[in-house]
Amino acid sequence: MAHAVEIKELHKSFGDLEVLKGIDFTVDEGQVVCVIGPSGSGKSTLLRCVNLLEQPTKGKVTVGGVELTDPDVDIDAARRRLGMVFQSFNLFPHMTVLQNVMIAQRRVLRRGKDEAERVARENLDKVGVGAKCDAYPPQLSGGQQQRVAIARALAMDPDLMLFDEPTSALDPELVGDVLSVMRKLARDGMTMLVVTHEMSFAREVADRVVFMDGGVIVEEGPPDQVIGDPQHARTRTFLKRVLDPTHSEDDGASGVDEAPAR
Amino acid sequence: MTDQPMTAEPVGPAGQVPGKGRLSPRKRQRISRGIQYALLIAVVVVVAFLTNWKGLGENFAKIDVAKQALPDVFTVALKNTIIYTVGGFVFGSLGGLLLALMRLSSVRPYRWIATVYIEIFRGLPALLIFLLILFLPLALPGFEVPGGTYGQGILGLTIVSSAYMAETLRAGLQAVPKGQSEAARSLGMSHSRAMISVVIPQAIRIVIPPTTNQFVSLLKDSSLILFLGMSGEYVELTKFGNDLASTTSNATPILVVGLTYLLVTIPLGYLAGRLEKRQAKER
Ligand SMILES: Nc1ncnc2c1ncn2[C@@H]1O[C@H](COP(=O)(O)OP(=O)(O)OP(=O)(O)O)[C@@H](O)[C@H]1O
Ligand SMILES: [Mg+2]
Repeated sequence: MAHAVEIKELHKSFGDLEVLKGIDFTVDEGQVVCVIGPSGSGKSTLLRCVNLLEQPTKGKVTVGGVELTDPDVDIDAARRRLGMVFQSFNLFPHMTVLQNVMIAQRRVLRRGKDEAERVARENLDKVGVGAKCDAYPPQLSGGQQQRVAIARALAMDPDLMLFDEPTSALDPELVGDVLSVMRKLARDGMTMLVVTHEMSFAREVADRVVFMDGGVIVEEGPPDQVIGDPQHARTRTFLKRVLDPTHSEDDGASGVDEAPAR
Repeated sequence: MTDQPMTAEPVGPAGQVPGKGRLSPRKRQRISRGIQYALLIAVVVVVAFLTNWKGLGENFAKIDVAKQALPDVFTVALKNTIIYTVGGFVFGSLGGLLLALMRLSSVRPYRWIATVYIEIFRGLPALLIFLLILFLPLALPGFEVPGGTYGQGILGLTIVSSAYMAETLRAGLQAVPKGQSEAARSLGMSHSRAMISVVIPQAIRIVIPPTTNQFVSLLKDSSLILFLGMSGEYVELTKFGNDLASTTSNATPILVVGLTYLLVTIPLGYLAGRLEKRQAKER
């Protein structure tokens, strides 16, 4: 069976800065893959290369059997198969919640008004914000906005969902609602590629975890292995910092070049 | 820090009582304000004495001359001013949007053309543009601006306003967060679809207050149409006032016309201010 996502020798540079230095991995249909790693390691860039919001410098990205890095590919058509959820929600503030979920169905998929509205309401109900159809995004809490953004992507019937730190901009008490929507999606068999710092989510939901640092994949495997029993020092250091942020400074984990006491 | 021993006495405002003989800041301020009022009153009295009130009234506020201006100042002159201004504004906005999109385009020649146009027509006095239009038939024999006098006036205002609108709209387009078009593109929208459905509507919202101000200055610039030398039913406010002032040898029509401008410009300016404040609050 072909992989849902196949990434080969992916490189991405911004000017002189090489952010991705040769990434290889695959996601199979129905799998959930979580990408973890320190800030600046290139996780967002990787995700944005998968739907070509960034043009890779080198390498091959194939999604659902279509090579997106082929210069002649119809990228708008290919993106319809991919849903993307951003850290900052990026809802359209000049439209109601319902319009947000309908606009691309109408303009891109050319669905009729009634069908688009039915699909929109269905998906909004699914993520638990069905009652907010007529509200404008700024009137919603962050957690509600993010769930609307998920519904907006789902309404396009994607084969693959990309999540870029979907809960990082949320107040702690709102994180759970969004994660439970994602958990449900995973259970329903959606193929998902998720950049996250939520280790318990990754442990529970992911089929595989990919740890990135400095633009390369350092370690990947089942969550119990990568998170539970990491093989690499860099992974261990990172996990220590994420799982126990208050003690990351004084246990000397970073150890290499201790700053002199000025 | 010096290593002087701490004194037991607390150092603070209470330690330095101001000299009782000096004026307190409050008293000084009161005296200064009193002097300013006195000066102002003196100037007003002198001006009032020196002014020839009767002559002024005869020339600027003669009731029967003012009556002659009615109702044409509204039904013809104001109406035409609004036609010219709205026409120039609508076409100027469309042209400005096109220029703004060209300026942000990835096609380099588009950027050049838009930049050259904007720099030229923002740098020229509006009057010069109307003179150019006036002499256009000389340069291009047989060429006529469609729409006659209305067409000429609107063309002039369109040329002026499109250059300014282009810059305002460009700023508006750039103020829409990048995440908006990325979200639209990630839903499969094409670049132009994302522009039309997502970016441009938000940019327009952002530029409504500055655009209202531009409408006001366009309304004032429409007075330059006077130099096109149109007649009768096509006159706008300034030409109307000027003509009536000549025939009656009296300046009252100018005053009437001035008040008519203010009737429109002051509420619009106020509206622009309100919109600006509301937007500042929403951000
Ligand atoms: N458009 C861009 N232009 C230039 N540099 C960029 C651009 N986007 C990202 N970078 C740089 O690429 C590097 C990786 O960024 P990226 O956003 O992929 O990291 P990340 O792993 O997602 O980090 P975070 O956890 O903070 O989101 C950073 O050094 C960043 O400054
Ligand atoms: Mg990121």
